[in-house]
Amino acid sequence: MITKETFTQLAENGLWKQNPGVVQLLGLCPLLAISNNVVNALSLGLATIFVMAMSSLAVSSARNFVPHEIRIPVFILIIAALVTIIDLVFNAFAHPLYLVLGIFIPLITTNCIVLARADAYASKNHPLHSAIDGLLMGLGLTLVLVMLGAIREIAGQGTLLSGIDLALGPAAKSWIITVLPDYKGFLLAILPPGAFIGLGLLIAGRNWLDMRAKRRAHLQARQAAAQASTA
Amino acid sequence: MNPILRNAFRTSAILFVFAIIGTAMMAYTFRQTRPVIEKSEQAEKLALINQVLPKSLYDNDLLAAHRELPADDLLGTRKPTSMWLATKSGQPAGIVLEAIAPEGYSGDIGLLVGISADGVITGVRVTRHKETPGLGDYIELAKSPWVLQFNGKRMEENDKPRWRVKKDGGEFDARAGATVTPRAIVKAVRQALEYFDKHRDELLRTTPVTPS
Repeated sequence: MITKETFTQLAENGLWKQNPGVVQLLGLCPLLAISNNVVNALSLGLATIFVMAMSSLAVSSARNFVPHEIRIPVFILIIAALVTIIDLVFNAFAHPLYLVLGIFIPLITTNCIVLARADAYASKNHPLHSAIDGLLMGLGLTLVLVMLGAIREIAGQGTLLSGIDLALGPAAKSWIITVLPDYKGFLLAILPPGAFIGLGLLIAGRNWLDMRAKRRAHLQARQAAAQASTA
Repeated sequence: MNPILRNAFRTSAILFVFAIIGTAMMAYTFRQTRPVIEKSEQAEKLALINQVLPKSLYDNDLLAAHRELPADDLLGTRKPTSMWLATKSGQPAGIVLEAIAPEGYSGDIGLLVGISADGVITGVRVTRHKETPGLGDYIELAKSPWVLQFNGKRMEENDKPRWRVKKDGGEFDARAGATVTPRAIVKAVRQALEYFDKHRDELLRTTPVTPS
């Protein structure tokens, strides 16, 4: 079973300290390509979460049978087989979902964060912990994806959630939010350069928050020390 | 045996076992899911075809009436592509064919064109493209009804000038700032009609003969 401390630690790493999108900078290819609007970003994120949790679970379960020298080919084999199976099963038995997430699933094989977590965490830890690590890393990536998607969509088209009707049916069309009415659009944000610029801003923002938190902690420690010495 | 060699054999045996297990699992899943996937693929294809050729126009099993067309400059194709012959009470009613608009802003634009037996466009859909999102992608029906303006259009003698975008003196709408994309599609649809006129008899023959 998993203790509360382990879970907190995994969550901190996946969502903030070791966030795959803005700290580890792994899996950028699909991240940059698919983040031109919120719906695409969220769809890819959900597919990634699912694949990462499953692949970490599979790799961790097999870890005791894999000699160190050939671990990378075996992990790639496991991940590729698993992604193929997920792709087929989704296509056959969850077709409406497949139509939404389907094109993103093969993209995930190219995502090196999956292999990175398999090697860095799942190959050394308990299957349950590994699955949770995969899930939380995927969640961290999804948060970055959705933020990037939102930035690019607002800057590029002035809307949010456009295309949701393609994912959830025409009834969802009323969910589309027009943030900036009569907006002429800003193509750069939708094209690939917009993805790099947006990601740069997100990384800068995260580093700024991190540094501010550190400065505050430092200041508090100094104040506490000063109080202790005067007392 | 030499310990290094023994270790090498052991690791390669393990890798081999993993490869076998992985392949077996994929093969099993593939076989279990194949019939279901094929069925939904066919249904999707038929749904797309029905968008360009109304169901009321034909009564045959359209997917079974599939034929291959050799690559042709008028179709913009470099590989054999598909066509489907629609018949009503045994009489040819129209065809659906795949065409490519090679002059898009960013690579090939895949098209599905429905043409009735008397040479009228019954529908056009873009099946794949890489045009600029938010600018050239209004050719998708999901984004705008632009592509519907082909419905009911036909080719007359010396009709080429009409088959252009308005900016070039024709009668097809195009959005300012993104005329390369519609220009490519209008030309491709026109050429598909030319192809249809040229090969009409072979295309509409109910016994399969591929046009030469």
